[in-house]
Amino acid sequence: MSRLDAIGMAEEVRGRRVTARDLVAATLERIRARDGELNCFTAVVAEGALREAEAVDADIGAGKVVGPLAGVPFAVKNLFDVAGLTTLAGSRINAERPRAAKDATVVARLRGAGAVLVGALNMDEYAFGFTTENTHYGPTHNPHDPARVAGGSSGGSGAAVGAGLVPFALGSDTNGSIRVPAALCGIFGLKPTYGRLSRAGTALFGISFDHVGPLATSARDLAVTYDVMQGPDAADPVCAGRNGEPCLPRLADGTGGLRLAVADGHFAAGGEPEVFAAVERVAKALGVTRRVTVPEAHRARAAAMIITASEGASLHRDDLKRRPMDFDPLTRDRFLAGALVPGALYVQAQRFRAWYRERVREIFQSVDVLLTPTTPCPAPKIGQETMTLAGVTVPTRPNLGLYTQPLSFIGLPVISVPVADAGPLPLGVQLVAAPWNEAALFRVAAALEREGVVAARIAG
Amino acid sequence: MSDAPEPAPKPETIARYVDEVAPLLGLTIPAECREGVARNLAILFAAGVLIRDFPVGGAETAPVFEP
Repeated sequence: MSRLDAIGMAEEVRGRRVTARDLVAATLERIRARDGELNCFTAVVAEGALREAEAVDADIGAGKVVGPLAGVPFAVKNLFDVAGLTTLAGSRINAERPRAAKDATVVARLRGAGAVLVGALNMDEYAFGFTTENTHYGPTHNPHDPARVAGGSSGGSGAAVGAGLVPFALGSDTNGSIRVPAALCGIFGLKPTYGRLSRAGTALFGISFDHVGPLATSARDLAVTYDVMQGPDAADPVCAGRNGEPCLPRLADGTGGLRLAVADGHFAAGGEPEVFAAVERVAKALGVTRRVTVPEAHRARAAAMIITASEGASLHRDDLKRRPMDFDPLTRDRFLAGALVPGALYVQAQRFRAWYRERVREIFQSVDVLLTPTTPCPAPKIGQETMTLAGVTVPTRPNLGLYTQPLSFIGLPVISVPVADAGPLPLGVQLVAAPWNEAALFRVAAALEREGVVAARIAG
Repeated sequence: MSDAPEPAPKPETIARYVDEVAPLLGLTIPAECREGVARNLAILFAAGVLIRDFPVGGAETAPVFEP
C-alpha cells in the first residue's frame, strides 16, 4: 500500500479495500520506524490523524461523497499553520509562540478534500537555505544516501516523500526550495505561478518570491493536490483572483502543439556533466532540438539574492535586533547582512526584475515550455562547505540554487521532474512555462512519465 | 554594458560599513558575528555590482493599485 501514490490510495479507500484508519496507522508506523534515521518530522500528530481517518471511514460507510484525497496521509513543511501546532518555521524563536488557531488556507483545502495530516516537517530556519541542515532540529538526511543532504529549504518534505513515508507533502519555494529537494530526493515538485496558491497562514520569507506547492511521487498526484489547493483567497493579498484551472484533466493531452526548447547560456554552464546529460535525455525523448538563451540570468540570480536577503531581514528585524544569538548560526549572519543592504540596491534589483520579466515574456511568445537542469549536481554531503562544479570550487549551499533562482525571481511556474536512471543519486529537470500556464507543464511531465523517462525514485 | 566585472568593495571597506551603518539602523552586531556578517554582506555587494549599473530603461516597479 505504501507504494501506491495518493490517487491510488484514495481509490483503495473509496473502494473499501482498505480503511483510511489502517492506511494512516501504517503511515504512522513507517514514520516511527524510519524517521529516526531521516529526521524529516518535527511533529507527528498521530492521535488527530487517526481520528480524522476514522471520520473519513465513517463518511464512506454512510455513503457520503468524499473528496479526491479521502484518507490519504500527508505532511507539511513546518512553516504552514496547522491548528493546534506551533508554526516553527525551522526556528527556535518561533517555538515560543502560541499554537496556530487554524490551518493555513492550503492545508484546510487539502483536508477538505479528505487528506489526513500526519505531521510537520523539518526545514532550513525561516526557509533561508538549500540544504535543511538545521542546527536547532538537526539535518534532514537524504533517503537515497543518509550521508547527504535532502536539499532545502523544504528538505523534510522532499525526504518524507522520497522515502515513501507519505505520498505527498507541501513545501514552499522562494528561490528553489521545492524544486531543489524534489530533485535531490528523486520526486516531482511544483512551484506554481507566483500568486496562484494562497500563502495565507504560512510564515513568509521573501515576500516578492514566496510560493507554496506540492511534492509528490507522480505527475497525477502533483496535479490533484495542486487542483485542490487552487482558487482565490482574500486572506492572502498576493493570491490572484483567478478561478482554479484544473490540471488533472490535462494530463492525457500529450505534448502535441507545444513549442519546447532547451535553455542554454546560464542554464547550460556551471554544472556537472550528468545534469546536462539528464536535460538532454528529456529533450531527446520530447524531440526537442531548439535552444533558447534566457538573457542575463546570472544577474537575475544576483538580484534575487539581494531582494531575498533584504526582505527576509526586514521580516525578522525585531528578533535580529533583540535576540540575534537565538537564530541558527547557519542563517544569522546572512540575515544580519541582509538588514544592512542599502535601499537603492534593493530598488535597483526590483527594477532589474521588471526588465528581466519583460525579456523572458518575449521568449514565451514563441516557446511554451523550457527545459533546464534543476540543480548543478546531485545531493552533496551533509556539512560539505564547498563543492567543485565544472572544475571550479564554490560554496555548496548557495550554489544549489544556481538554476532555480533566476526562474522564481519572476514567478514562473516550474515543475521539477525526476529523471529515471539518472545515476547513483537522483537528479531533476525543470519544466518552465509562462505565468499561469501550469497546464503545459503537466502535459509534458505526464508524457515523460508515461514514456518512462521520468519516474519517482522511492528509497526504502 | 560591459560584462567585465567591476571591482567589488574591499573587505576592510565592508567591515567599516558594518560597524558604522548597523548602529544607525538600530542593530547591534554581536562581536562573534561581525566577520560573518561582513563576509555575507560582501557577497551581496558583489551581487550588486552585477546589477547596480545595468541599464533597465524605464523599468517600473510600483505596484498597480486595485481598490
